[in-house]
Amino acid sequence: MNVPAAWYLVLAAVLFGIGAYGLVTRRSALVMLMCLELMLNAVNLTFVTFSRTLSDIGGQASVFFVMVVAAAEVTVGLGIVVAIFRRRSTTSVDELSEMRG
Amino acid sequence: MIASSYALPSICVFVAAAILILTGAIGVITLKNPVHAALSLIMTLFGVAVAFIAQQADFLAAVQIIVYAGAIVVLFLFVIMFLGVDRREGVEVQPLVGQKGLALLGVVLTIGGLVAVMARSNWVSGIPSLSGSHLANGAHNVKQLGTSVFTTYLFAFEATAALLIIAVVGAVLLARRERVVEESA
Repeated sequence: MNVPAAWYLVLAAVLFGIGAYGLVTRRSALVMLMCLELMLNAVNLTFVTFSRTLSDIGGQASVFFVMVVAAAEVTVGLGIVVAIFRRRSTTSVDELSEMRG
Repeated sequence: MIASSYALPSICVFVAAAILILTGAIGVITLKNPVHAALSLIMTLFGVAVAFIAQQADFLAAVQIIVYAGAIVVLFLFVIMFLGVDRREGVEVQPLVGQKGLALLGVVLTIGGLVAVMARSNWVSGIPSLSGSHLANGAHNVKQLGTSVFTTYLFAFEATAALLIIAVVGAVLLARRERVVEESA
C-alpha cells in the first residue's frame, strides 16, 4: 500500500513555500526564474498526487500542459533576461527601477 | 504504527524523493553561484520525477527528466554562461528592511494554510478506492494519457501548439541583436 496522499501534498506545500521564499528574497532574475520552476513543480506534484488519489488521468494531463507552459515561460523569460542584460549589463532586478512611481 | 500500515518500500521511496526535493530546493535559494543553483534545481526535478514514478505517472516522470532536466535547465545554464553572470551574488544584502523575515512569515503562513486545508479534508486520508485504481502502469500509462490529451483535452492541446509558436517567435525577437541599418536613400 502506497503512502498516504497527504505526505506528498505536504511535501509539495513545503516545496512551494521554499520556491516562494526564494522568489521574493533572491534578486538575480535567473535565480528568480528557477524559484518559479520550483513552485510549478510543487503544483505538478500536487496534480499527480490527486490524480492517484482520485484515480483520474485528468491530473496527469494537467501536468502535461503545465510543463508546456513552463517551457514557454522559461523561453520568453530568459529572452527578456538576455535583452535586459544587453542594455544594462546586469540581471539584478533591483537595478531595474526606472518605472518606479 | 506507520511501518505496519504502509509498505516499507513506498515509505523509502517517499523519503528518498523528499530528501532529493528539499535538499535541491534549499540549494536553489541559498547557493550564491547561479550555476550551482541550476545544478540544485536538477536535483529537485529528479526528486519530483521519483515522486511521479511512485505515483503511477511513468510517462510524466520521463518527460520531467527529458524536458526539465534536459532542456530547461540546460537553457538556464546556457544563458548563465552566455551572459557570464556565474559570479557570486550578494545574497546577504537586503534592499528592504526586514525583507527576509517578512518573506519567511508569509511562506510559513502559506504552508500552514495549505496544511490546515488538507487536515480538514477527508480526501487525503490515504484510503484508496475499493474498486481499485483506474490508472494504468508502464506503457498503458502513455496510452491512457495520450487518449485523454487527444480527446478530452484536445482544444487545450491545440492551444499549446499556438502558445509554443508564439513563445519561440517572442524569444527570437527578444534575444535578437538590433542591427543599425544604413539607409542608402
